[in-house]
Amino acid sequence: MHIVVCVKQVPDTKIIKINPKTNTLDRRSAPAILNPYDAHAVQEAVGIREKTGGTISVLSMGPPQATAVIKKSIEIGADRGYLISDRAFAGADTLATSYALSKALEKINKELPVDMIICGKHAIDGDTGQVGPGIARRMDIPPVTNVIEVSEVNLAEKTVLIKRKLSNGYELIQAELPCLLTVEKEINQIEYSPMPNMIKAAKYEPVIWAVSDFENVDRSQLGLKGSPTIVGKMFTPPRPEGGKKIEGSADEQVNQLMEILMEKKEVLTLQSSKQ
Amino acid sequence: MPEKFDVIVVGAGPAGTSCALVCAQNGLNVLLIERGEYPGSKNVMGGVLYRKQMEELIPEFWKEAPLERPVIEQRFWMMDTESVVQFGYKGLEWGVEPYNNFTVLRAQFDQWFAKKAVDAGALLINETVVTECIVENGKVIGIRTDRPNGEVYADVVVLADGVNSLLSKQLGFHKEFRPDEVALTVMEVINLPKEKINDRFNLEDNQGCTIEIFGDSTKGNLGTAFLYTNKDSLNIGVGTTLSSMIKSKMKPYDLLDYLKTHPMVKPMLAGGESAEYLAHLIPEGGYRSVPKVAGNGVVVVGDAAQLVNAIHREGSNMAMHSGLLAAETVIEAKHRGDYSESSLNLYRQKLYDSFIIKDLEKYKDATHTFENHPQYFKEYVPMMNKAMSKFFTVDGTPKREKQKEIMKSVTAERGTIKVIQDIYRAWKAVK
Repeated sequence: MHIVVCVKQVPDTKIIKINPKTNTLDRRSAPAILNPYDAHAVQEAVGIREKTGGTISVLSMGPPQATAVIKKSIEIGADRGYLISDRAFAGADTLATSYALSKALEKINKELPVDMIICGKHAIDGDTGQVGPGIARRMDIPPVTNVIEVSEVNLAEKTVLIKRKLSNGYELIQAELPCLLTVEKEINQIEYSPMPNMIKAAKYEPVIWAVSDFENVDRSQLGLKGSPTIVGKMFTPPRPEGGKKIEGSADEQVNQLMEILMEKKEVLTLQSSKQ
Repeated sequence: MPEKFDVIVVGAGPAGTSCALVCAQNGLNVLLIERGEYPGSKNVMGGVLYRKQMEELIPEFWKEAPLERPVIEQRFWMMDTESVVQFGYKGLEWGVEPYNNFTVLRAQFDQWFAKKAVDAGALLINETVVTECIVENGKVIGIRTDRPNGEVYADVVVLADGVNSLLSKQLGFHKEFRPDEVALTVMEVINLPKEKINDRFNLEDNQGCTIEIFGDSTKGNLGTAFLYTNKDSLNIGVGTTLSSMIKSKMKPYDLLDYLKTHPMVKPMLAGGESAEYLAHLIPEGGYRSVPKVAGNGVVVVGDAAQLVNAIHREGSNMAMHSGLLAAETVIEAKHRGDYSESSLNLYRQKLYDSFIIKDLEKYKDATHTFENHPQYFKEYVPMMNKAMSKFFTVDGTPKREKQKEIMKSVTAERGTIKVIQDIYRAWKAVK
């Protein structure tokens, strides 16, 4: 079983500041971390490997310092890592990113056939969730998004049983291998990495590829040139106003609440129209 | 099979990183373990980095290290509630190569420094707590971390685990430090535009100023406060021995608030924005508190060995130099293939032959003297302020008469014999 996990280095959006003039992220204001969803993706690959055996590779695109997220993935338990890094990749949107990553995946697949690709649900700096499905489309394998459990991997039959999160419940599906999964955070808990992994990661030097390392690559589909996305407008959403606290005895609270609801007629009409 | 290294260094502060750097440069297989998210994330220092000991490790480091400002002025304040007596020195020779010292922000500096050790070949592991040394037949043979399969082995373990050094305590090298052997310091980094800093402190862009404040800054308790200039922020902090804090029932953060609103300090901070708040213990026991520093397969460096000169606010430079001496010892021990206590005691000898222990020895009674005789900070500082005020106030009194009055008021407050005793005692403590 060969699993490739696609990971991204992102600024820690929990503490990042937004430039009030341009409304863009001030990337220097926050440390670069492994995208949290991707950490769960690596952890899931480690869980699958425990049952099936095999190899976990991680793949990332980014500047040379993005080797840090590959090392972090090795800490979690990946076996090896590839970074594609080239000025030609700079400025890529999700379309160009998925093209570049699929070129790298083709190359990895030649070295050791890939059975499964796992990505995080989305990156916390862009929130699009498009690169995973984009890769699947380009590789012509089934994309399975919002995965919350991988319950059974059958290597003989080349199938995998997957639980997907939907807005109103969940879905249990069987997919054929190779396939691509994008995972939710609740799929697993990141384990505290064992010491040997830490030492391995500290020593590890990822394989770094530039565009010239790929065959049959259409340069016009890379980087800014290959990115049709246009950003129309950016704004910081207004902070939600604090709610109102209803106090008093139970009766008083109910009365107050009813008054508020009666005032806001649209709440009630919305409910009645649904029924 | 767990890996074995030549050296494991516990703690990536100035002492540990120096040791790891020098060992790695000499071809040793080094593992450097840091409990914080990254080196510097948990380290606190007022902010003065001395050039000399750093330069011995990385020549001309100032050309690439993330430094704030070279210090060209050092001021000393004897502060009363509404006045201050000040003296100091400002010299442009400190503003050019090779410089004297620099202000730094440790979160940035330590990361850069640790990267130097990594570039030299040391392996750095963050976010990992070393819980104990593995001891076999009376010899330290490795460490145990809080991670699964957490044992790692080495010929020598270097303990650079900071002021409390639980690891050397576990080995019985020292007892729990007493409250009078440690100082508790709290500090804040306050962002302030560069232009304002330059104006308020009378500096150019690449010039820094340090102010050490005695007296009312600690409400007369044994300790000091400091105000240092970074590029576009100020470091302000205050520390006293833990014992004085307990005795006077002061809260460290109350003391910092008091300092920040002190009329002599407040205008310098005005308009600043608080960016970071930090607190840390500082080992200030000095010479008499230095524990056992070498054992079978183990040496202790930096704060863990209490190597701080509180009088001259020197600590990180001593840490670096002790790390260097430890590294030299380990390298020699490897050549001999002997990591026993008697072999590693060479480190102790190097330490005692260096400026570190010599300086600590010079001031061996200072902390104790000032701790037990609070009059120096509590009485003499206000007295000096009153004397200066009287002397410089022009009110028609002849100067000779004023001098007499000042002398009289000093001896009246303390008594002539006591004053002579106080002067003798202070001189003895720092001679």
